[in-house]
Amino acid sequence: MSAIVFAGSAQFSAVAILAQGGGAGAAIAAAALMNSRFLPMGVAFAPSLRGGAVKRALQGQPVVDASWALAARPDGSFDRMLLFGSSAVAYASWVTGTAVGALWGEALGDPHDLGLDALFPAFFVALLLNEARSGRARGVAALGALIALALVPIAPAGVPVLVASLAALVGLTRGARETVLERQEAEGEPR
Amino acid sequence: MSTGAIVIAGCAVVTFAIKAAGPVALGGRELPIWFTSVVVLLAPALLAALVASQALADGDRLAIGADTAGVAVGGFAAWRTGSIVACVLLAPAVTAALRAL
Repeated sequence: MSAIVFAGSAQFSAVAILAQGGGAGAAIAAAALMNSRFLPMGVAFAPSLRGGAVKRALQGQPVVDASWALAARPDGSFDRMLLFGSSAVAYASWVTGTAVGALWGEALGDPHDLGLDALFPAFFVALLLNEARSGRARGVAALGALIALALVPIAPAGVPVLVASLAALVGLTRGARETVLERQEAEGEPR
Repeated sequence: MSTGAIVIAGCAVVTFAIKAAGPVALGGRELPIWFTSVVVLLAPALLAALVASQALADGDRLAIGADTAGVAVGGFAAWRTGSIVACVLLAPAVTAALRAL
């Protein structure tokens, strides 16, 4: 999965939903929602790419959060080689780590005794701290958490997280749209 | 096909399509502001929901346990130090220690 999907948070959310007893459809939908942030990243990155549609589609694949952020230049363009290079390092460690876990995971002991069920949520907390920089993002995070908690006892596994994504519709408010517009203008139009 | 294989194949196709969409579709065109505005808020909404449903619940039951404490300590470490590594090492360590008591 790490070799052909290469999108950590999407892989984790899909696996988490399966672990909670959710179905394949819910798991794939959660991964797709989690990955939807690559749409605007791809749109921002696109003008820095050369070549035809197929070549551009392939060049879009190495985009992950960290390398995308590293390669962003202040004028809105991207250092292509820096993005591909940092993604190559991340990809190699990601696949190696997955293989080590799969091969020797058994020898490491019972994941429950090791407290490994706390690892994914803790990792998500760390990512969330990175995402929730604005007051609006923090509000949306709180709303998402509340929706999920309210639905956990009554909805099938996987559904609470999917429905919680509706909290992002706060983005439709006029204030939220103006913030995005201001940020885009501050960054300058991508070339 | 097993559920695992279906999910992996599905995720691969969906991820490829999402990552390819921007670079292929953009011919000097931009996504409407309202769309971008919703998309940037999807990540915090989903991450918070995942944290809540895993750390504060056990299956379909709301439950606070050793893992809740571990996640809280890890989250605090990430907040104070900005280190994801410290966070993901501390959370399981605290959880395991509490369970071993």
